[in-house]
Order: sequence, then structure tokens, then C-alpha cells
Amino acid sequence: MNTIKPYLRLSGLEPLVIRPETNFVNVGERTNVTGSKKFARLIRDGKYEEALSVARQQVESGAQIIDVNMDDAMLEGVEAMTTFLNLVQAEPDIAKIPIMIDSSKFEIIEAGLKCVQGKCIVNSISMKEGEAKFIEQAHICKSYGAAVIVMAFDEVGQADTKERKIEICHRAYKILTEQVGYAPQEIIFDPNIFAVATGIEEHSNYAVDFIEATKEIKKLMPLTKVSGGVSNVSFSFRGNDHVREAIHSVFLYHAIKAGMDMGIVNAGQLVVYDEIEPTLKNLCEDVILNRNNTNNEATEALITFAETVKAKGKETVKDEKWRDEPVEKRLSHSLVNGITDYIDADTEEARQKYPKPLDVIEGPLMDGMNVVGDLFGAGKMFLPQVVKSARVMKKAVAVLTPFIEQEKEDRKQAHITAGTINEETAGAAKILLATVKGDVHDIGKNIVGVVLGCNGYDIIDLGVMVATDKILETAIKEKVDIIGLSGLITPSLDEMVHVAHEMKRRGMNLPLMIGGATTSRMHTAVKIAPQYDEGVIHVLDASRSVTVAGSLLSKEQKPDFLSGIKKEYDKLVVDFGNKKSTKQYLTFAEAQKNGAAINWDNFSPVAPTFTGTKVFNHYDLKEVAEYIDWQPFFIAWEMHGKFPAILTDNIIGVEATKLYNDAKKLLQQIIDEKWLNARGAIGFWPANKVAPDSVDVLADKEVIKLQFLRQQIKKAEGQPNLSLADFIAPAEKNYQDHIGAFAVTIEGIEPHIKKFEAAFDDYNKIILQALADRLAEAFAELLHKKTRQEYWGYATDEHLTNEQLIKEEYLGIRPAPGYPACPDHTEKYKLFELLGGKEATGIELTESLAMYPASSVSGWYFANPESKYFGVGKIEQDQLKDYAKRKGMSLDDATRWLRPILE
Amino acid sequence: MSTIEKALQERILIIDGAMGTMIQRHKLQEADYRGERFKDWHTDVKGNNDLLSITQPEIIIGIHKQYLEAGADIIETNTFSSTSIAQADYDMQSLAYEINVASAKCAREAIKQNGKTAWVAGAIGPLNKTLSLSPDVNNPGYRAVTFDEVAAAYTEQIKGLVDGGVDVLLIETIFDTLNAKAAIYATKNYFRKNNLPELPIMISGTITDASGRTLSGQTLEAFYTSVAHANPLSVGLNCALGASEMRAHIEELSQIAACYVSAYPNAGLPNAFGEYDEQPHETAHIIEEWAANGWLNIVGGCCGTTPDHIKHIADEVKQFKPRALPVLEEAL
Repeated sequence: MNTIKPYLRLSGLEPLVIRPETNFVNVGERTNVTGSKKFARLIRDGKYEEALSVARQQVESGAQIIDVNMDDAMLEGVEAMTTFLNLVQAEPDIAKIPIMIDSSKFEIIEAGLKCVQGKCIVNSISMKEGEAKFIEQAHICKSYGAAVIVMAFDEVGQADTKERKIEICHRAYKILTEQVGYAPQEIIFDPNIFAVATGIEEHSNYAVDFIEATKEIKKLMPLTKVSGGVSNVSFSFRGNDHVREAIHSVFLYHAIKAGMDMGIVNAGQLVVYDEIEPTLKNLCEDVILNRNNTNNEATEALITFAETVKAKGKETVKDEKWRDEPVEKRLSHSLVNGITDYIDADTEEARQKYPKPLDVIEGPLMDGMNVVGDLFGAGKMFLPQVVKSARVMKKAVAVLTPFIEQEKEDRKQAHITAGTINEETAGAAKILLATVKGDVHDIGKNIVGVVLGCNGYDIIDLGVMVATDKILETAIKEKVDIIGLSGLITPSLDEMVHVAHEMKRRGMNLPLMIGGATTSRMHTAVKIAPQYDEGVIHVLDASRSVTVAGSLLSKEQKPDFLSGIKKEYDKLVVDFGNKKSTKQYLTFAEAQKNGAAINWDNFSPVAPTFTGTKVFNHYDLKEVAEYIDWQPFFIAWEMHGKFPAILTDNIIGVEATKLYNDAKKLLQQIIDEKWLNARGAIGFWPANKVAPDSVDVLADKEVIKLQFLRQQIKKAEGQPNLSLADFIAPAEKNYQDHIGAFAVTIEGIEPHIKKFEAAFDDYNKIILQALADRLAEAFAELLHKKTRQEYWGYATDEHLTNEQLIKEEYLGIRPAPGYPACPDHTEKYKLFELLGGKEATGIELTESLAMYPASSVSGWYFANPESKYFGVGKIEQDQLKDYAKRKGMSLDDATRWLRPILE
Repeated sequence: MSTIEKALQERILIIDGAMGTMIQRHKLQEADYRGERFKDWHTDVKGNNDLLSITQPEIIIGIHKQYLEAGADIIETNTFSSTSIAQADYDMQSLAYEINVASAKCAREAIKQNGKTAWVAGAIGPLNKTLSLSPDVNNPGYRAVTFDEVAAAYTEQIKGLVDGGVDVLLIETIFDTLNAKAAIYATKNYFRKNNLPELPIMISGTITDASGRTLSGQTLEAFYTSVAHANPLSVGLNCALGASEMRAHIEELSQIAACYVSAYPNAGLPNAFGEYDEQPHETAHIIEEWAANGWLNIVGGCCGTTPDHIKHIADEVKQFKPRALPVLEEAL
């Protein structure tokens, strides 16, 4: 029979269960304005971003709960508590642990309780204003589900002796359990830790009183917990952290033995009891336990000793010399090094120094970003660092924006009053970015957005699968200066042509930037640019986007730049025309006759171990990760080079290694915390070639007809014109051959992307997206290997290293519809139908046949040992017509889908 | 002890399936939604399914009756969006209380007409605004709504449900735990302040994806810990996942929950057209195993499930004993 123990159970995003074997629970104390001057200053100045880093640092130093206190005469406590806790909820690395809401004002406590989804601790309530109020407050705490700390305080005052502590705690216990309905394990007592060694004799026994009361309370009420603010005990040694830490450690050693369960401590600053130097430890023991202390002797001895160690306190020294430089230099330093800690203050300082807020952006901030841009251009900074710089720039601009808006408004009003015309243009230039309709890929577009954003442009990112109308209407409404389109799959090229066409139809005059893995200068010149006369520019990568945008937005440079581009593209069109005529094509009938000559008479196809499909869900990500090919990961970050040599590269090695370490860390977290789900399906079916380019697949007694395309370019003597159909045994040979298919995807990225976006963390967001792509590819690689060795089993004795896999040194191939060997995306419908559709694979197809989730891979399996990867290349009209007929498609539709391979 | 608690000790209770799927079958048009009373209402109301409890009560009663006939012991009121906050989409916030009363009465009437013993669960949905998440990515500290506003909207809904005669309150499809905490807060305060005996609370969260967390980021155990103070009659999961994806979470919940455990998954995951394909026998087959393992006290269906699903589920699980409540130890 299942049993449930009466443990104190708390939660943030994750649970915290306090069991008897749980060690002392550290409650982080630095997010307390009464205890930390730094935190108090940050909150008073409204620097919540930095205040969050204090909380984060507590978590990183091992705090299991954070105590948040906003009791400061200079603060609106309710507002400060609400703002801070709301922000904490958006930081998963902090919000994962429970929160202790700390205030002497109950209204602040209640405001805090309204912000936190997890089970909190209220610190604290007491009977100092009588029983009625105590009961009312306890009821309120209970209705929010919080555990409570009860301070040993009653109508008479704060309990200082052992007897008073026990008596008050016991009385509160009876009220809470009998009248309010609190479970004993949800009650935590704070029997008051007071300062010892103050020189006042009555104070000498305070630590002993606490320790002994704790022992008694735990005996009397065994399910309750005991907590306390530890740093109080050493208050008389403030300024001498070395001695204070030793006192805390000695105090805790004894209090924990007596049953103290948790305490508010500086989680980053606790010495290990055994490592305190013996003399100091002995002196501390005497003071804490009130031994050898007649006439304050122990106290005097510790004070004397403290004088001798005062200077030796250990501190972490950071190189902060740059803080003494002028503000321009400091801004530049923060931007180049990606430091957000001082950016708000430095920006504000610069704002006051310069005549106009816009001057700060156009002056020191742009200067700093130009340094970033120059270093990036010179290859001395790399994309991951630039993304971090972008974060800093975003924050600086956020500081200035309200002032800029105000100025604009003031001038507008002045013009209205004076009856003059307002000729000024808006502030930063706006660039609209979108992945076109039918396409779901956006890593590259996100990087371009970040890089342009950190160069001072205002980015409107419409996301993925954006219809032409929405792009153009937004562009007009938002008065953007440039439109940037992105896409990865080939049908997106047509969509871009369509956007350009529509821009002309609407009489627009904005320049259009084209980017994305499938785009090219050639395609842009030949297909897109002729549709639109106001400037169409292909942008190779993120680093070029900055110079292109700069040229397009400069009144002086733009005409020359565009006419230069036009000249270049016109030449490409001419070249393209010339090139076309130089290539020779066979007729389709000739090409079909020149297929791959496989000698079927000496060949017996291996039958798969099963036919039909096999579905995978929650596949072990750890195993998948072993198959990751890291090189494309670095290429996504525009870091080109072979892996792992790239990690030790003279120029980019250091940054590549940093990126690699960050990626590995995130990957580990993805695996440990099961962020993502690797799922998909594979299948094998009897198949035979029934016509030169047609394969019949026998699935569930229904025949699915696959149609393939054939190389038509005239080949050298003896070289075949390949079609994938060639690799399947013809029906007339009476061999039962097979074909396989697979589709895999990595699900579950969206909530994590949202979290990173909410934290302005483009860096981790892009790492995550790139990793998900890698995992999908790795999963495809893994399943292909298992297919070869096990499921289909046509290469049971294969032994290949990961490098050999990446080099495709295996038998059989796994080409994907839409890619060079079978460039028609629409065959994907059949592939997914065979595999059981979305239900089996978790993948949806967009109208352009992109797969969603974006991190998905699909393809056919061919087992024939002579099968190999190839590109169909361009085809002629005769094949197009034949193909359309075979597919039962109109010629128009076939032309549209096959446009990338048509002349 | 309430009658439902007695029944829970004896057998696995069946909760009904999707309301929306069944309403869709009636192919109602704008005029049907409006009825006579709202024929001149100034916004479109098609899609406001909860309004049908007022304008087309016979349809709602009919659906409840189909579920009762299929074997449901607990039927949910047609009030998933019946708060002033959610009704604001149709500018019908002033009707929130009335819709709740009418919906509770439809469910009561269905039980009366059917004649068997069954219970009405007042469905309290998750709202279209959340307390833990900022809708503005550039301002993570921003909230579109306050705790007090949410609690006030829920209080009005609870009053309507109680006045309409529900037997239990079901806080369901919880993707932001803080919204659920506001509903719990509203419930406890409503009964305490009006000096009424508390109705039992059922709680049902939603794990949104394969990460095993709620949309607001909590693990299942953290979620349960955060709502356990409601002292609920049952805790469970519904929506977002089909039964096969929900299995591991229900197993975990059956281990950690001090109260009864409920599960009402979707009919699988939606296909490319947003439709649910999982057949009644398929859903029931998965759930049968849970019941055999002793994980369940209350089971039924969510999006895409039909009376046929409920019938299959009821038939499969009736042979099994319900999950026994764990022993709550009083010493460490």
C-alpha cells in the first residue's frame, strides 16, 4: 500500500521536499534590502535586471530557497515585491526554487503571494498584535497555500530566553493546527537568533538559548521545522567577514545538531566547520556556547583575535579598472564584452552628458557597435559574441527610447503650435524580417535580426510562415525602410518571387533583401530582381546584412549601390542565358535508355525484417546525441571549418570552444530535463520498378505509385543518366525488392524558445534551435544505421566510425524528397501517407511541403549496394510533360513545383 | 462524507467527454447561438458554446444525457469559458453569472430526466489571460491581468455554479498554476465568507508537451505541491495529450497524490487538420491498463472524445478496483 510521509513540501518550477535526511536547507539572504546594501541600492534605483543577477548568483551558490525582502522606508514595498517576483517568474533558472516572501508588513507578504505559482514560505507572522490578527493572517497564508514561519513573538515582546521561546512556539502551534487547520509540517518556527558577544552580559547566552529551545521545540512538535536568520548572531563583528563566517559556521554546527532545519544565510559565504583554523574555532565555540565567559572573557578574547585577522578577509577580485574610464569607453567596453551589469547606469550618464538622447545612440553606442562590427568583420569577434553584444545594445536603447519618444512628441507639439510642417523622419531605420509562407525555418533569419538589431536598426520580426499580404501590409503600416525575406526550402524561392511581384503591383518603393540557405545571387538576379524595380539584393550571410542595409539607407550611397547591384545582376542574367545554351541535353527518351545498368541477374535483394511501419517516441536523446555532426552547428553560427579542428583553430578556436561548451551544456540540460522529444517512424514495403521512373509500393494491399525524375544532361561516354527508380528491381525480373522511408522530428522546442525570448536571450535561443536541427539529423543518422544493420539488415556486418558516417561511407542511401536526387517536394505526401501521417511521425506538412516542427528530417531508404546520391540537375520540357502526366498534375502545377530544376 | 466520496471508495467513476465536439455535430449557425433573446446582440456570438446553456438548453441537456447513457457518473457543466474575463471576447461579461446558473441547471435537468445517480461538476476553465506569464516578450515583468481580477471573476463563476446546484467544483485544464491558485483562493474564501459548507474541489492540470511540464514551467510534482492546499477530492490531468502520452504522468501522480486521481485525456493527438482520430476502442484500450495497474479513481475524456469513447472506457474499467487512497503517515 502506498504511503505518504508528512514532509514539508515546497515548490518553484521544481519540487523541494524536506526529509529527515535532507541536510540543512540554505535560504539565500542576498535578495533582502535590509541585509544587502547592494540589493537595496539596485531596487531603489529600479535596476531590476541587475537585482535578478543577485538572485541568480544565490541559486548558483547553492541556495535552495531565496528569501525576498523589500522592507525599506524609501521603497513602495508592495510595488517592489510585485515587480521583482514577476520578473523572477520569467527566469527559469531562478524560479525553479521556492520563494520565501519576507516582510514585517503583511500587505507586502500578500502582494508577494499573488505573484508566485509555486508553494512559498511566508516569513513571518506572529502573535505580537494578538491572537485574532495572527489567526486572520494565518488563514490568508493558508488560502494561498503557503507554509508559514512563526516568529517567537507575542503581545509581551520578542522571546529571548529558552523558556519563552518554547512557550510561544507551542501556543502558536496549537492555534495553527487546531483553529486554522495547518498541517504541523507546514509550520516553521523562528525562535529568534540574537547577537552574541556584544559586551552586554545578558546577551552572552542568546545562542545557547536558541540552540536549546530548538532541541525542545523539535521534541515537543516533531513535524515542525526550525529556521532563523543566521547572520544576526555575529552582528557585533560586522565589517570582519572572516570572523563572522567562522561564527556562523560554528553556530550552525551546534544549532543543526539540535534540530535546526533551515536558515537564512549568504549561500556563497560559508566556511566549512572543519576548515576553520583551530584557534579561531575554539574562540568561536566559547562565544557561541557561552563557555569560559565569566566577565566576558571569551568575548574579549575573540575581539582581540578579530583585530589581528581583520585585514585578511578574502575577496574575489574582478578587473574593474575599466570602470574608471570615461563613459564612452565604458559603453564600448560593455558592448564589446557583452556585459549588461552597468549598461543602464552608463547609458543614463551618457544621456545626461549629450544634448539629445538620440545623440547617445548615434554617438557612443554606435561607435561601440562599430567596434563590434569592425571586430566581427575582421574576424576577431564571432557571431556568438555579437549576439551577446546585441543584448547589451537592446538594453541601452530601451533606456533611451522613452526620452526619444518624449522629444519627438515635444517637437511635434511645437510644430502644431507654430503651425509649421514637421519634416523630421523617425528615429532608427526599421527593417521588417519574415520567413515566407509555407516555410518554418528561422535560425538564419533570427541571426540576421540580432546582428541588424545590434547595429541600431529597429527590427520587426514577423516570424515564420508569413503570408505576402501580411508582410506588405505590415511594411506599409509600420513605415519600414527595408523588407528582408528568408527561406530554406526550394518552394520558398517562388514565394519570394511572388512577394517581389506584389510589391511592384502595389507600387511600393522599399528595397527588398533576400536571404536563406536555398537562395542564391543567381536566383535573385534571374528570377526575383526582374519582378521589382526598386532594389532587390541577395545577402549571403548575417555579417553582410549590415553593410547592405547601411548602403540602402544612406541617401548618398543608395543610388550608386543599387545601380552597381543592377549592373552585376544584369550581367548574371546574361551569363545565365549564355550558360544555358552551352549545356546539352538528351531527349527524355534517350535519357531513360541510359539509366544505371545494374545487373539484376546476379543480384538478390535482402528482404527487411518486417514490412509496414515502426514508430518511435521519446527515443533516448542521449543515444541520439552521440550521432551529432557538429560541423553544420558551427556553420549555423557562420563559423566555418572542420570539426573538431575548429576548436583549436588559431583564429576562431577560442570562441568556437566557448560556443561548443555552451552548446554541450545546454545539450546536457536538454537531455537531463527531457526538454525535447525525439520521435518519428520508419517503414519498409515491397516495391518494384514498373516503368523507367516509376516505382509501385505495396502498402496494406494498396499500391502507392512513386514517381522519380531523371538526369537529362548529356553525360560523358559510359556515364548513366540516373534516376532513383534505377535502384529498385524491375517487376519483370520477378524479384521482390523493397523500399523504405523514414521521418523523424524533435518536438517540444517552443516553450523553451519562449523562455529564452522572454529573457532577451537570443544566444541560447539560437543554440537551442541549432541543436534541435542537429538532433533531428542525428536521429535520422542513428535510425539509418539501425535500418542497415538491424531493421532492414542488409548490412549486418557494417562497422563505421562517426566520421565515416558523416562522410556517407555506408551502403544504401536515404535521399529526401525536395533535395537533389528527387527534387519534387510533393512526393513527400506519399512518404507521409506510407508512414502513417502526423499521428505516427509527429510532423505536419505546410502548403509548401516544409515539415513542422522545423527540426525534422524525412527521406526514402534505398538498400541496393549500387545506389548513390546524385543531383537530377536541370530537366527539359519533354520530361516535365511526362512527369506531370504520370503524377496526374496539371502542367502548371508541375512547372510550379519543379521550377528550380527547369531551364 | 458526501455521496460522491462513498462512491469513489467503491469503484472507478466515469467523467464525461468533450462538450465542444458534440456541439459541433449540431452545425449551429450564428442565429442558433443568438436565439431569440440575443438576436440583436452587437457582436458575433457564434462559437460562444457556453451561451448555448441559455439559448439552446435542449441541445446541452441532450448532450449531457448522451454521456449519462454512455455511462458517465460525473458530468461537467458547459462553463469552460463562463467567467467575465473569458466572456469579454463576446462583450458578454455581464452574463457570466447567469450562464453558470443556467449551465448547472442543464446538467441537473439531464440527470433528473435520466433518473440514475450521477454528480454535476462545475467546470472552471483556465482563462485566456495568465498570471505567471507575460504576453509581452520585451517586458517579462508585465501581467495582462491581476490576481485579484482573476479571483473576482472566479468568485462570480463559483457563485453561479453553486446557486445552479453543482455537487463539486472542477478546476480544470490548468496550464498556469497561479490561475488555479486564484480559483482555489476564490473557492475557499467564497465558502468561508458566506458561511456555507464547502463543496469538494477537483483539480485537473495540463501537461502541455513532452517536456512533462505545465505551460508555466512546473514539473508535475511541483504542480501538485502547489495546489495540494486546496485539500482536493481528486487531482489529475486532462487535455493537450492523448492517453498514450499521458500514461507516465498518471503513473507518477498515482504515486504522489494524497487524494483520488483523475485522468481525462484527449482522443489522441490532433491530425494535420486539427481533428482527433483515435477511436473509442483505442483510447479505452490504453486506459484499461491504467485501471488494471490501480492508478485510477476517475476517468473520462477531453477534446475529441465522444459518448462512444466514454462507453468504451466505462466498459473496460468497470472490472477493476479503484486506486486505494494512500495512507497518510503522521510521524516521520
